[in-house]
Formats: sequence, C-alpha cells, structure tokens
Amino acid sequence: MPLDDQTPGQKPGEARQFKVVGTRPLRPDGIDKVTGRARFGADMSAPGMLIGRVLRSPHAHARIRSIDASKAEALEGVKAVVTRADFGAGDDDVADILDNCMAGEKALYDGHAVAAVAATSAAIARKALKLIDVDYETLPHVVDVDAAMKPDAPVLHEGLSDETVPDGVSQNVVHRVEFGHGDVEAGFAKADKVLERSFKTAATHQGYIEPHACLATMGTDGIADLWVCTQGHYMVRNTCAAILGIDQGKLRVTASEIGGGFGGKTTVFLEPVALALSRKANRPVKMTMTREEVLRATGPTSSTSIDVKIGMNKDGKITAASADLRYQGGAYQGSPADMGSMTAFAPYDLENVKTVGWDVVTNRPKAAAYRAPGAPMAAFAVESVVDELAKGFGLDPLDVRLKNAAREGTKSSYGPTFPAIGLEATLQAAKDHPHWKAPLGPNQGRGVACGFWFNFGGDTCVSLNITPDGTVTLSEGNPDIGGSRASMSMMAAEELGIPYDQVRTVIADTGALGQNEVTDGSRVTFAVGLATIKAARNAKKVLCERAAMVWGIDPEAVEWADGCARPAGDNAGKFPPMSLKEIAAIASNTGGPVAGHFEVNAEGAGVSFATHMVDTEVDPETGAVKVVRYTVFQDAGKAVHPAYVEGQFQGGAVQGIGWALNEEYIYGEDGRLQNPGFLDYRIPVASDLPMIDTVILEIPNPGHPYGVRGVGETSIVPPLAAIANSVSEAAGVRMTDLPMSPPKVLAAIQNG
Amino acid sequence: MSQIHVTTKINGDTTEYLCDPEETLLDVLRDRLALTGAKEGCGTGDCGACSVTVDGRLVCSCLTLGAEADGCEIDTIEGMADGEKLHPLQQKFLEHAALQCGICTPGILVAAKSLLEKNPSPTEEEARYWLAGNLCRCTGYDKIIRAVMDAAEEMRRAS
Amino acid sequence: MIYEVPETVDSAVALLSGATGSARILAGGTDLLVQMKSGVVEPDLVVDIKRIDGMKSIAQEDGGWRIGAAVSGAEMGEHQALCAAWPGVVEAMELIGSTQVQGRATLAGNLCNASPAADSVPAMVAAGAVVRVAGPDGVRDIPVEEIPVKPGKTSLGKGEFVTSVFLPARPVNSGDAYLRFIPRTEMDIAVVGCGVSLTLDEAGTCTAARVGLGAVAATVLVVEDAAAALIGSKADDTALDKMAAAVSAACKPIDDKRGTVAFRTHVAGVLAKRAAKIALARAQG
Ligand SMILES: Cc1cc2nc3c(=O)[nH]c(=O)nc-3n(C[C@H](O)[C@H](O)[C@H](O)COP(=O)(O)OP(=O)(O)OC[C@H]3O[C@@H](n4cnc5c(N)ncnc54)[C@H](O)[C@@H]3O)c2cc1C
Ligand code: FES
Ligand code: FES
Repeated sequence: MPLDDQTPGQKPGEARQFKVVGTRPLRPDGIDKVTGRARFGADMSAPGMLIGRVLRSPHAHARIRSIDASKAEALEGVKAVVTRADFGAGDDDVADILDNCMAGEKALYDGHAVAAVAATSAAIARKALKLIDVDYETLPHVVDVDAAMKPDAPVLHEGLSDETVPDGVSQNVVHRVEFGHGDVEAGFAKADKVLERSFKTAATHQGYIEPHACLATMGTDGIADLWVCTQGHYMVRNTCAAILGIDQGKLRVTASEIGGGFGGKTTVFLEPVALALSRKANRPVKMTMTREEVLRATGPTSSTSIDVKIGMNKDGKITAASADLRYQGGAYQGSPADMGSMTAFAPYDLENVKTVGWDVVTNRPKAAAYRAPGAPMAAFAVESVVDELAKGFGLDPLDVRLKNAAREGTKSSYGPTFPAIGLEATLQAAKDHPHWKAPLGPNQGRGVACGFWFNFGGDTCVSLNITPDGTVTLSEGNPDIGGSRASMSMMAAEELGIPYDQVRTVIADTGALGQNEVTDGSRVTFAVGLATIKAARNAKKVLCERAAMVWGIDPEAVEWADGCARPAGDNAGKFPPMSLKEIAAIASNTGGPVAGHFEVNAEGAGVSFATHMVDTEVDPETGAVKVVRYTVFQDAGKAVHPAYVEGQFQGGAVQGIGWALNEEYIYGEDGRLQNPGFLDYRIPVASDLPMIDTVILEIPNPGHPYGVRGVGETSIVPPLAAIANSVSEAAGVRMTDLPMSPPKVLAAIQNG
Repeated sequence: MSQIHVTTKINGDTTEYLCDPEETLLDVLRDRLALTGAKEGCGTGDCGACSVTVDGRLVCSCLTLGAEADGCEIDTIEGMADGEKLHPLQQKFLEHAALQCGICTPGILVAAKSLLEKNPSPTEEEARYWLAGNLCRCTGYDKIIRAVMDAAEEMRRAS
Repeated sequence: MIYEVPETVDSAVALLSGATGSARILAGGTDLLVQMKSGVVEPDLVVDIKRIDGMKSIAQEDGGWRIGAAVSGAEMGEHQALCAAWPGVVEAMELIGSTQVQGRATLAGNLCNASPAADSVPAMVAAGAVVRVAGPDGVRDIPVEEIPVKPGKTSLGKGEFVTSVFLPARPVNSGDAYLRFIPRTEMDIAVVGCGVSLTLDEAGTCTAARVGLGAVAATVLVVEDAAAALIGSKADDTALDKMAAAVSAACKPIDDKRGTVAFRTHVAGVLAKRAAKIALARAQG
C-alpha cells in the first residue's frame, strides 16, 4: 500500500500537487469569533463560583517577615486566603515556578504575588486584599543586567551560579554558555576592517490582548478541573499537579480560546493559586488578571546588553565574528541567553566564530518566552554590525549577506550542519523585489536584516475519528492561537482526499489525548500537522482493510486515492471505488468504528530564515520615526494556509516594530515598574503602520511529509535590526540602543 | 451598598438589571447579562476590546458605568449579525483572515461598523485612525484594514 | 459609593455641597473611571452631570461659543460652525484618546482633571477661553488658566463645578492651532503640547497672540514672551524663531517616563513654530 510520503502518481523528487493545502478556506472557528460567542479564558463561569484576587509586592526586593491574613479571613464573603504556607515544598523541577506564582521567603520584584483571596465578589476580594498585613524588610535591588553582573550588586539568590560562571562576577550570574568554531583572533587579524560595537535592548512584553484567566474546581479528594487560557494545557496540568502534589491524571485541564500568547502563556501564574484557593474553599474559583498585573508580573522578555565584533574584507567576506551577550531573565534563572547566543550568527557561513551568553537574574518579573526567545536582540546586534561594515565598504548590504549566507552543508555557528534551508532564497527574493529599487524620500532610510529560528517539534498526539456518516473529527492537544484548526483540517482533508469542510478539528482536553508539548517554538503546523497526516494515513490503512474485506481481496491490493479505496491495479480485481462515506456507513459491520491516531516526539522541524526590508522616515527636529514601507521575505517550507502564514509574518514584523521604536519596561529608582498599562507601554496602533507586504518562499522541509516549516517566530527576529539599519541611515547616525524612542533619536542626531 | 435598577435596550431588546454603583457597563454585560462578546483587555480605555455603542455612539464599556446606561440603547457584538446573516464586516473578516487569536475581533468589528455608519467611504488612513484605539497584537492590522476597506466597498455597492 | 443623576445645576450643587465624604463629578468618565479602577480615587459620591439641562449643548453667544460641560469631543468635532470658528481648540479636543474615548470625553473634564498634559487646555488658553463655574454662592466666570493649580488639583471650591466653557468671539483674520508631540500617532499622552492663537491686521501684521503650553510644567503655561515675539511682526521666520526660543525658555519640565527635560524643551519650540504656522495660515484664510 503506497501510504508513504508520496501521493499516488507522484514521482520521487517531483513537487507534490496539493488540492487543499495552499488554498485559503475560512477557518472553522471563524463564526464563533466574529459573533462574540467564542469562549476565552475569562468567559467561563461555574455555579457557586468565587472570585480570586492576588496581593502583590510593592517592593522590588524584600524579605517577607510575616503575613497576617486574619482580618481578611474575617471579612464577610471571604472564603479562602492562601499564602506560600498553603503550598507544599513541591518538586524541585517546579520550585522556581511555584516561587514565582507565590513568593516564599522573599518578594523578588514589583508585582510578585504574596497572597491571594477567594471571595463571593470581586469587590469583596479587592477589599480583603487591603486587609492583609505583610511585614516586609526591604532589600537593595537591581534591575539592569550590567549592574546585576557587578561583583558588588545586590544578590537575589545565594549560591545559584553554576560551574560555568567564572570568578569575579556577581552571584546573579547563573550560567555562561559558549558556542563556536575556528580561531576568531586569527580571523580578525586577516580582516580589512574589524568593527566592534555595544548594544542595549529594553525588556518588552508579549502584549497579548487577553489577560491571563482561569476557572478552577478542586475537591479535597484531589480531583480537579481547570479551564484556562494557555498555550499548553498539558503543561498546565503537569506543572500544577507537581506544585500541588496531586496526580496528573486527576487534573483535567481544558484550554479556552486563547487571546494571544506569543510565548507568554507557556507557563503558569494564576492556575496553581486558583486550584489552591478552590481546594481550600471547596468551591470553583475564577481568577483573571488586570492589565497592570499582566505587565508587572507576567513574562516580559529579557533586556540585554550585547557586544559584537566582526571582521570583514573589502569584498564583503566575513573573516571572523564574535559576540558577548548578556540577558537578564528576571528573578529566576532561565533567560534565553543560550538560544539567543545560538541564533546570533546562524545566518552566516563562518570559518571563525565565537558566541558567549550570560544568564543573569535581576529584580524583575521572571522572563517568559517571547516569540523566538532571545533571537531578536542577538540579530539586532549582529545585523547592525554587518550593515555598518557593508555600508562602510560601499557594498550592497544584501550582496554582503548573500556572500556570507549559510546554505545547505554550512556548519552553523551553534554546531549542527544545515540541511536544505531558505536563507539565500529570501535574500535573492529581496534583491529582486521592487521595494529594493524604489526611490527614498527626504529623511528616509532603508534597512535590511536577516533572522533565524530553530523551530521545535516535541511530544504530539492526534486522534482522527471517522463518524458513521463519514465526516471526520480530529482531536489535537494544542490551543489554536491563530488559525491552526484550519491548517489541521486542511492537512487531514488533503491526506484523506475529502473536502475541507468534512473535517472538524477540536482542541481536546487533557483527558482525551496523551502528552502534548505546548504551542511554542513554531511547532504546531509542523508537528501536529505531521501527526495529523500520519493519523490520517493510519485511518486510511484501516479504511483500505475494510474495503478489502468487502471485496474479498488482500488488503495489500487496495490503495487510497481521491478519497476512495480502490483496487491497486488490474491484478487486484475490478471493483468500483468505495468512498470514505461508504466505508464509514458499514464500519460497524466490518469490525467497528474507524479511527487513526498518531503519537510522536516529532523531530525534523526544519529551521527557518527570513529577510526583512523596511523604509523609515525620521523627523530631524523631533526624532520621531515613521515606518513608511515594510516587506517580509520568509521561507515557510510549505504554506498550508497562506493567509495565516502571511498573518504570522505581518504580526511578527509589527511586534518587532514596537520593540524597535517604542516598547520598553521603564523602572523607577525604587525598582517599581512605571508603565504598567497600554497607554505608556506603547504597542503599535493601526495608525502607526503601513501595510506589511509579504513574500512567501517555499523551500520544503525534508522532515515533514508536505515540507512544512514553522513560521510563527522567525518573523520577529529581523525587524529590530532592519529598522535600526533603516533609522540609522535616515538619521545619519548609528542607533545602538532600543527602543529608538524619539528622545533617543533626537539626542543621537544632535550629538552627531 | 444599595444597587441601582437600570432599564436599557440591548441589541434591540428591553433589558433590566440591578448593578452596583461603581460597576462598569462591561462588567454588567459580561457578568450579569452573560454577554461575554465584549472583552476586557485593559479596563482602562486603552485597548478597545470592550467597544460597544451607547445610543449609537462608540464607547469603551469599561469606561462607562452600568448605571449610566439607564434609558439608553446599547449595541454589542452579539447583535451585529442579522439572524443567520453575518454583517458584511464579519464576513470580510473571515474571508481576509483578519483575525488570528480573535480576542480583539469583537471590539474591532463594533468600532468598524460605527466607522462605516458615519463614513461609508473611508480612506485607509481614516480607517487606521478611527481604529487606533483598538489594539490588535496578532495581525499587524494589515488584514484588518483590508477587510474593513473591502466591506466598505461591498456595502457601498449594495446600497 | 452613591451615584446621583441630578437634572438641574442647583440640585447638583446641593448634592456636592452636602456631600460628607469625597465627591466627584462624572462627565465622560474617561479619567474618573480609570482613577477609580486603579484605586487612586475612591469617591463616596459620584454626580453624573450629563442629564442636567444645557450640559449637552453647543450654543452661540455674543458671537462666541458656549460649550456645555457634558459635550463630548466627538460632538464638538461634528459641529461645523464650532470647527470653523476655533479649529485649534476642536483639534486639540479631538486628539484626546481614541474614537471610543472621544465618544465620552469632555472639554471640562479634561480641564478639571488638572493633568499638566491635558491636550485641550493649552488650546483653550490660547483661545482665551472663560469657564463658567456654578457653586453654593452662585455662578462665576473665570479664565481657563486659573482652574488648574497643580497636577490633579483645581481651584474649584467645595460644591462647585464647571457648567460650560466659553470660547469668545473670534476677531476677523484670526486663526488658532494646537499640536502635541507623542511617540506614536495616537493613544498617547502629550510629551509636549502647544496651542497658538493669533490675529492679523489688514497688512498681515500680528496684532494679538496667545500661546499656551502643556506638559512642560506643573500646570499649563501662558507664554507671554512668545506672544510678544509675534505681536507686531509678520510672523516671519525671524519672529517665529524668537517665539520658539521664548517657548523653550519658558519650559520647566521634568524627566519622566514620557520624555526628558532636554527633549521637551527642544520640542516645545519646534511645535510652537509649527503650530504658529498653521494658525497663521488659518488667519490668512
Ligand atoms: C485611553 C485614554 C486616552 C486618553 N488620551 C488623552 C489624551 O490624548 N490627551 C488628554 O488630554 N487626555 C487623555 N485622556 C484623558 C481623558 O480622556 C481626558 O482628560 C478627558 O477630556 C476627560 O474628560 P471626561 O469628561 O471623560 O472626564 P471625567 O473622567 O468625567 O472627569 C475628569 C475629572 O474632572 C472632574 N470633572 C469632570 N467634569 C467636571 C466639571 N464639569 N466640573 C468640575 N469637575 C469636573 C471629574 O470629577 C474628574 O475628577 C485619555 C484617557 C484615556 C482613557
Ligand atoms: S477593556 Fe475597555 S478599552 Fe480595554
Ligand atoms: S487577532 Fe489577536 S489581538 Fe487581534
């Protein structure tokens, strides 16, 4: 039975002709979402439900001497108060997560949770919070990454540094990583020019519009249910179970519709607290965060300080490159210093390269993943230096990148050797695009930059069930954050040879499938897609067996094509094809219901590259920057639903624009966040932007049956650098400090 | 604390409720009337996810007291489709893939509808400025603006 | 909290005067509700003035315009005659917040919130607006710049509230304009704001000018030196540069999350010049 990676009739090496994949059908959850009936995290209620609220530290760093909640507990309507004392020790694996959800000995940042209440109304809960007395001993704090590394910096955690950390730096430095090959010093010695520059990037927040929300119900028997907006309800289940000391199997988690995540909903904040409150009150507890809480206490990305040194010859050839990248990841270890360092030089084929990354803790909220975690800052620094060198030699910055581009067979700066990749294709497409040749107006500049992301695979389960009337239901375990149900239905329909509208994809709760990795790393269309295709193939195998049974021939003599079982050749016998519907109708009489499922730790995700091109205009009198034109060139492997691929490109580019120009965490001298709201945490609004043009390249990923690569994250990697290169040209001065807010740009212009 | 009795028309239906004096219209809609289509993205007027119209005027329901709605007509996303017929904006949002996560979508649709009622032929720039109070973090606004412009054109053709 | 919806000015004054705890006027609520949400204010009494007779009207009076305290920005923007008379004041009001905020925000609320960065206030100052205040002792009219006394604080006494704002009759050959600087294109609070109003004679010489400046001091500034630089000139580049210098010199800003002292001081001059050019073009018709 030809059920492998080829379509019947397709010759090896020939591009597959798709019927459904590559089209733009309407998404199956669309009507729910345009009519307001889709249920997001905060849209669920339960009978007898209480409202939970969190008390948060006003101090950046303080020892918690004691907490007295007796007055709050005595308030009418208050049904439970929890503090750290209500949680057990928990597993070591989740110790930091627990401490982040509910502070133990110390409050480590402004906004750190210290207690929570559940009451019969939000108003009572708010009132109760004011009645909780926390006795703090404030401690010196540090929020800047370079300051935190100094030997005399205030220390957050004693003895956290591991063996990779050299002497002479603060204990706030948790870990040091190093990647590379060749001899950079020898390489620099050979260069016509060596340029070294230092860069800074501010912390930014994922900025999803939906605040965290959940509804928890837990009995004293440990049986629990949780409704939550998350990027991974299996992760929520496992983490909460470990924190609360219950069995994973007893906690059923259902993912709500999710109002954005971008990495920020790949961990837990409220969920264990809501469960603990529910257990204590023995009633359902709903918790939602305010926007202020989201910004103060959930995952921003790291702020960074980066030095890059690159040697280049007159012809544009890079002889050596090195970078030292310092990432603060907030109050706990685990900044994306490692991934950022790995990505820094990934777009280049380098003989001599060395990257060093530092993971540093500071008195800020624990950094959470943000779209290609760590990569945009590294690309900003590296691509700025490449640009400056290229322009210094009077070379075309795209040519210089093409000259040094990583390609199939390149040993990457972080170790592995690349298979077929699409970087050159994006650069070539950029060069050929009318945007590259379009004239620029006064005070305008054009910038380009490349970006790389690994893409992930991971644990994945899909169950594909065929109903008696021959429609298909597909259960997957990854929340649909931007149209992935549509893509799964499309791949299932493609594989089964049936119309798209005959497949309905649902996001199953944790009781229905095995373990699923969170929706992150741009893994879903790749890994869940792969599992969907394999599950469909397994179902087709059963369908063929049933037809064989009816026809009384060998199952091996039946093939599946165009939605029907057919005799594989003339020798197999002459039978009219049996459609999926026909086989489904007799499934009960031929052995029972038909289904296919597939469980895998998906590998072969296929790295992805993009090149961005942007024109900006700078007002020389005020430093204001306007983005006037933007084009994204990115390799998608195979664009399953091109409209949603374009959407990922556009969304990533615009988040990058925000990061480059105006978004930043601003801390006062007191270590408190000064801009915990959308008025002063300035994400781009519609009137700030032009249309974002996209060019989808398709260099098939050999690791996926249809060639799919993840597309979600790469799109945020190049914009910081592309915009910096553009603004630097427009302003006539190199910008090395993000965000390039008007005061900084104006000062740079005035200081030349 | 005594509650306030309010009589309104919501999406054309007379609706009465009791609310606390400091309760916002958004809380009333979501928590008392189970109209959860309007979302709370910020609660402070910055994101537009809670957009509704009060007596035909586009407002943030998070910055309106429930008590203020007495005697007013309120329209929410739940009233936008006419029975089984989607509003052209809703249809165009689907066709243009103008939503990714969809949390901003109800607010943007309500705001865009109010734009087209006031200005049936907005320029792209006018549409962008009108919608500047509706944050979308997923799409970069490109497809949203295209969907609004396309819906405007279709509605002009139909009228 | 008690919520009241009086129907007359007198009953509003009585409610405010009789309040035992903290009392607040509710107009559009776009400041008040934000402050209540964050717990910055927790009023015991909220008096909604939107149903008081006259609060929602824009009426011509002595050649000028009287704008009721509950008129929203959107309503001002839709009033063509008002837009034609005082385009700078209307555009300042319309810069406030989003379309949604415009649906509710009021001129009087912007003023009485007493934020140094309030957009409409420098424009009203430039326009020479006069505010009508009702209170236990009756009604009084006061210049707009006398309302804010420090951030978050007005000169209004207990029981008093603003019932309307009066924009005087505009002389012929006059124009006004307001510009602000914000990092984005919308949805930001002014880093600097500047309103300019000027009048020309037949020969094109500036005979009267007022310059209001926001977000560069604890309250709105009336920059007399800047006005003096314009008066008697043809508002040519030399005069405009002099005016810009006077504006920058008047700035007493702070460094904060929205901008630095140096940035605000420089940009105030830049904006003043740009706003004056628009006002000039309007005055020239
Ligand atoms: C998202 C957003 C964006 C914003 N952007 C801007 C901006 O760009 N520029 C800007 O200047 N402001 C901005 N604001 C603030 C606000 O919208 C304006 O200040 C608005 O004009 C306030 O008017 P209001 O009618 O809503 O005031 P309210 O909130 O009703 O009142 C404000 C204050 O004034 C008092 N008050 C109101 N009316 C009277 C009266 N008649 N007499 C005495 N006291 C009174 C109230 O008690 C309260 O203390 C923004 C607000 C939001 C939520
Ligand atoms: S929730 Fe009302 S504007 Fe954000
Ligand atoms: S689609 Fe997610 S915020 Fe707009």
